Amino acid sequence: MLKNGKSLKWLAFLALSLFLSGCGNMTVLDPKGPVAESQAWLILFSIGFMLLIVLVVFILLTVILVKYRERDDHKGYQPDIEGSHKLEIIWTIIPVIIVIILSVPTIMTIFELEEAPAATSHKEPVVVHATSVNWKWIFSYPEEGIETVNYLNIPTDRPILFKLTSADSMAALWIPQLGGQKYNMAGMETQLYLQADEVGTYAGRNANYTGEGFADQRFDVVALEQGDFDTWVEETQNDAPELTQDEYDKLMVPGSASEMTFSSTHLDWVDHSTDAEYAINAWDRMGYVPLNPHSRAWKSI
Amino acid sequence: MKWDEFIITGDPLILGAQISILISGIGAVFVLTYFKKWKWLWDEWITSVDHKKLGIMYILIAILMFFRGGIDALMMRTQLAAPNMTFLDSLHYNEIFTTHGTIMIIFMAMPFLIGLMNVVVPLQIGARDVAFPFLNNLSFWTFVIGMGLFNISFIIGGSPSAGWTSYMPLASNELNPGPGQNYYLLGLQISGIGTLATGVNMMVTIFKMRAKGMKLFMMPMFTWTTLITSMIIVLAFPVLTIALAEMTFDRLFGTHFFNLTNGGMPMLWANLFWIWGHPEVYIVALPAFGIFSEIISTFSKKRLFGYNAMVYSIIAISVLSFLVWVHHFFTMGSGAVVNSFFSITTMAISIPTGVKIFNWLLTMHKGRISFTTPMLWSIAFIPNFVIGGVTGVMLAMAAADYQYHNTYFLVSHFHYVLIAATVFACFAGLIYWYPKMFGHKLNERIGKWFFWIFVAGFNICFFPQYFLGLDGMPRRINVYGVEDGWFALNFISTVGAFIMGLAFIILVYNIYYSFRYSPRETTGDSWDGRTLEWATSSAIPPHYNFAKVPEVTSMDAYWKMKEEGIDPNKIEKYEKIHMPSNTALPFVMGCFMFLVGFGLVFEWFWMGIVGGIGIFACMAFRSFDYNDGYYVSVEEIEETEKRAREAK
Repeated sequence: MLKNGKSLKWLAFLALSLFLSGCGNMTVLDPKGPVAESQAWLILFSIGFMLLIVLVVFILLTVILVKYRERDDHKGYQPDIEGSHKLEIIWTIIPVIIVIILSVPTIMTIFELEEAPAATSHKEPVVVHATSVNWKWIFSYPEEGIETVNYLNIPTDRPILFKLTSADSMAALWIPQLGGQKYNMAGMETQLYLQADEVGTYAGRNANYTGEGFADQRFDVVALEQGDFDTWVEETQNDAPELTQDEYDKLMVPGSASEMTFSSTHLDWVDHSTDAEYAINAWDRMGYVPLNPHSRAWKSI
Repeated sequence: MKWDEFIITGDPLILGAQISILISGIGAVFVLTYFKKWKWLWDEWITSVDHKKLGIMYILIAILMFFRGGIDALMMRTQLAAPNMTFLDSLHYNEIFTTHGTIMIIFMAMPFLIGLMNVVVPLQIGARDVAFPFLNNLSFWTFVIGMGLFNISFIIGGSPSAGWTSYMPLASNELNPGPGQNYYLLGLQISGIGTLATGVNMMVTIFKMRAKGMKLFMMPMFTWTTLITSMIIVLAFPVLTIALAEMTFDRLFGTHFFNLTNGGMPMLWANLFWIWGHPEVYIVALPAFGIFSEIISTFSKKRLFGYNAMVYSIIAISVLSFLVWVHHFFTMGSGAVVNSFFSITTMAISIPTGVKIFNWLLTMHKGRISFTTPMLWSIAFIPNFVIGGVTGVMLAMAAADYQYHNTYFLVSHFHYVLIAATVFACFAGLIYWYPKMFGHKLNERIGKWFFWIFVAGFNICFFPQYFLGLDGMPRRINVYGVEDGWFALNFISTVGAFIMGLAFIILVYNIYYSFRYSPRETTGDSWDGRTLEWATSSAIPPHYNFAKVPEVTSMDAYWKMKEEGIDPNKIEKYEKIHMPSNTALPFVMGCFMFLVGFGLVFEWFWMGIVGGIGIFACMAFRSFDYNDGYYVSVEEIEETEKRAREAK
């Protein structure tokens, strides 16, 4: 019996340590910028409270089940208890208090995330227009006059202001280690501030389902020192080819693409946040006709 | 249209399904013919207006759909078991998760609960049938037709693949060509009509047909939750009806409600969908709460703790359910004030829900708890649902939700609430009321195997998914790489899913085994019950339910009668009973609805028009139908009741 108890304890310890070490490695709880940091903090804060609630319910349930299970020497059976206003008020008020305690930091964080991170808010943000197209990402740097496809370079320690829109289906820009996502929607623009504090490569992706190529709609975010970023911008401006509207229209046709770099942006002729029809019209120009994906005609493409 | 766009070809899995459907179809026809059961099927079931039989048919189809949705789930989990799997291609995977979600919510959870409501509620309130028996049969057939239409999509024309939420513009003609999305729209539309009618029917039944003396605050908890659920249905389903109609118009007739072109507003769909969709969550959760209340009270041999608080909690939950829909798209950039408001309303739902949890706990406190299989499911509901609930509160915190949104954290959360509440309740309710429906219990020993294996599989499957979510795995991806590091947790999750699949086989075996070997029930009161459904004279209640409708003076009416030594079946003199006649019209109408649905899916408008004319002809016929039922003779009642007493 004692031996069993001991091994159980060891098992519990092992499980707990595995669980905690797992937590440390999890992307969302391994933030590399202030936005993701405040979100990770909020998550851990809520997990604490929630574990408390879970513990209370689990212990109560166990005690009641053991104590009042049907058995020969049953004690304390009282079939006609109607209820207890005192108890009911207690377990109404305690959740109310918990909700308030959780609401305050939640709301503060919601408002905080609408603006550039406080620590770097004195710096000019880098503006990036992130446009989702089935099933690729197009990033335009209007101030630098450059555009990339399926990858993103950013400087560290500076807020990045994403202006999000979509050429077709609704997507969501998500770079878990830098911060939570927001939707990209055609004919609209949403804004998202993110920031990287450390140099490195982070995974970014579309988190909102967009059909066939959805799983591949991902990109690398490379965070560089400001100097390296400036060098990259300059090189791109000088060496990369210009983006032509014809080439851009090809990108509008559903499909995946490899990484590309251009020394001009599509913002010169279209802003998807005000023109939701551009991609559909581009299909016409490219001669693309959507077909039933189950038909032979489609399979032969 | 070419034939290869009509019948799906080129996929061995689908070919296998086509062949097995064909074989089982031929098998069913052969069995019915061989045993000469066609007339029996028609007279006793298809045309029946008996609420108990309709309820049983609802449950039967729900279990069938549980099988279909479960197979979908196992296929998805197989595809995700390891990195870079090629079991399903992207298109097939997308179709499967779309149909899995839609089927489990619309064609499994809801009909299962509606089936239980149908069987139980009229008995619980001491009524002879529902308020509108004809409509009840019609509701059932519209549900079956909608279900059938949705289900044939994967062999004829192609399944929908835009997710069960069908967000626009992904679900538009341009991005989703072919008939798949049309199946979704028409299948849901047709079955939605039936659901709405059921809501009205149940509401009127509960308001107008309660036994003498049964005040609203004496109603059993399951009846209460049915009432509130019906109100949510009546308020929420019209929104879905309109939204579906608008998208159908977008796809078939070139309107621009939600399109990309000509000023359509894709986000309007998301709003309309969730204005229906969030209350829908409570349409399947509240009846579950009612079932647990009945079972926990019965098997603790104790009245429900804080009855009034329980009622007010479900009312509060139903009101709040309409005020939280934006939490499904906190990431849509609605602004800080809006997100704050919906964060708080969402978290507020946890307050009445918490009250209910503690009331259930205190119902067991100072009781005599017997661990029957329905009780095991109800007890397991509490810890599992609490895990789902607290993660729901975490999701409600908008700023944190930006990180969980569209990830496996969310997937895990809603499976924890929907399975722990709805699915556990379906099993609990099925086992609990099984003797009322079929006259024998399900085997308890096999039932316990089923219970433990399912609950273990459920936790092994979904608990790792919280961590996958926090590790950045988005939902609905069909493939991931080795470098993502999600292999171990995904593999565990898949193992859990197959354990649940194994449990389902045990349930089916239990139904077969119990049909063969369980002792037949001789009394109607199989579990020493507290409410009126256990007061009827025989194990399978007679079609008129009560020889004489009992009078009610308190809560737990039947328990009180037993305490006071009153036998509700002891009746001096029987009187003839008025009952509604069977009807074939709803079935015929359903067939025409199928024509309309199928025609519109493929844009064969002539077929739609033929079906439409048929439907109106049925309505016209019905309005000249003066059959207002028949009387059950005193002799027949005497005969039935005598047989029931002798059995005792």
